[in-house]
Amino acid sequence: MNPLARLLEAALFASARPIPLDELAALDSDVSPAALQSALDELRETYDTAGHGVELVEVGGGWQILTRAEYTEAIERAQLAARPHRLSGASLETLAIIAYRQPIGRAEIEEIRGVGVGSVLKSLHERGLIDVVGRAEGVGRPLLYGTTPIFLEQFALRHLEELPRADELAIALRTVASGPTAVQAT
Amino acid sequence: MDIDTLVEPALSGPIDFDAPFIEQRRLDPVTDGAPFVIELTQFSGPLDLLLALIRDEQVDIYDIPIARIAEQFLAHIHMLQLDQAADYLEMAARLLRIKAQMLLPRNELDDAWEDPRAELVRRLLEYQQMREVVDVLERLGEERRGRFARAYVPQQVAPPMAPLALSLAELLSAIDRVLRVAKEPIIHDVIARPLDVDGAIDTVRAVLALRETARWRDVCPPSSQPWQVLSALLALLELARRGELRLAQLAPFASVLISRESASQAA
Repeated sequence: MNPLARLLEAALFASARPIPLDELAALDSDVSPAALQSALDELRETYDTAGHGVELVEVGGGWQILTRAEYTEAIERAQLAARPHRLSGASLETLAIIAYRQPIGRAEIEEIRGVGVGSVLKSLHERGLIDVVGRAEGVGRPLLYGTTPIFLEQFALRHLEELPRADELAIALRTVASGPTAVQAT
Repeated sequence: MDIDTLVEPALSGPIDFDAPFIEQRRLDPVTDGAPFVIELTQFSGPLDLLLALIRDEQVDIYDIPIARIAEQFLAHIHMLQLDQAADYLEMAARLLRIKAQMLLPRNELDDAWEDPRAELVRRLLEYQQMREVVDVLERLGEERRGRFARAYVPQQVAPPMAPLALSLAELLSAIDRVLRVAKEPIIHDVIARPLDVDGAIDTVRAVLALRETARWRDVCPPSSQPWQVLSALLALLELARRGELRLAQLAPFASVLISRESASQAA
C-alpha cells in the first residue's frame, strides 16, 4: 500500500464519523483529488482482497471503515458493540416521505400517512435523521423537514439520488401513466 | 354439552399472556411516544388497513366496491378495538360519505361527474408508493445496521495542566504587575432608605390644617429625594382612601388639586 493509502487508513480509523473527501484532502495538501481517490480505491481493494474483517464504504458524502456483516453476530454476542435500534414502521414511513418530498411540512406527511406524526417527527429529529430545513410560506409558516447526512450514513447511501427514483417504483408508474384515466373509466 | 366443556378449553394449559387477542405493537416509548396511538402489528394507519382490505378482497384499486370495503373497515376497527383512534374514525367517516355519494343517482352521460372515490384512490396509491420506499429503506437500514463503524468518540476532557515552571520571584512580580494595573474597584454603597409614609402623612395634614386646598408642590418640594416623592404620593393616596382629603385633576397633566374633605374637617 502506498503511504497516502496508509495515511487515509489511519485517519479513517481515528474518526467515528464518515470523512468527506475534502476533509481527507486536508491530510496532505500536496495531493491531488485524483491521487486521493486512487488511494481510497487502493485501500478498499486491500481490504476486499487481502482478507480483512473490515471494509471501506462510501456513505453520506464521506468514507468510513465498517466491520463486515458476517462478524456482527459474534461481536454483538460478546457485547463489544450493539446495533442501533431498528426504526419502527411509523418512523420508516415518515422518513420515506421526507426523503422523497423534502422539504416537506408536517401536515403533508400526515396527509400521506393518514395518521398524526408529531411524536414520530420528534424521535426522528432526536436521532439526527431529519432536521428543520426551513419554513413554508402561508399560514403559520409551518416548519419544513429534510433528511440529514446521518440519514445517508444509517442507510448506507452515498447521496439521496441512490434511492430508487419515484418513476422507478411500481406504483408510481401507475399513478402517473394510467391512474387518472383508469379512474375516469370506471 | 354442559357448561364445563365450554369453559374447559380456555383453561387447559397455562394461560399464554404473550398471545394477546389484539396484538398491540410494542410501543417504543422513545420512538412512538404518542400516548394513545394504537398501532397494530399489521397496520400503521387507516390507509394501511384499507389497502390490506382491498388486497384481501382482491378488488381493483381503481374500482373499489366502496360499500363492501366500508363495511369491512368498520367491522375491523370494531374488532380491533380501535374505535378510540381518531385517524381510523376519520377514515371511516370518509368512506361512509363516499358510499353515500356513490348512491346518489347520476346521469351516465354526464361528463362532469367526478368519481367520489378518485381522491381516495389517489391517496391509496400515494401511500402504496411510500410503502415501497419503506421496503427499500428497511432493507438498506438493516444492511447497514449489521455493520459497525468505529465507536470511538474523542473524549472531551481538558488536557492535564502542564506543571508550573515559575519561580517564586517571578510569581510575586507578576502579582505586583497585576495589582499595579488593576483599577480600584468601584464599590457602590446601597443604603436601604425606607419610605417615610407616616412622616409624609403628617406633612400633608399639617399643610391642610393651614389651608383649604394645596398643590403637589406644597406637600413635596422640588428638591425632594425620590424616596420623599414616593412617600408623599403614598401618603396622599392613603389619606384619600381614608377620606381625609380629595384629589382632583381638572385637566390632563394639570397640577393635582388637594382639597380638605369637609367631613373629616368636621370630625
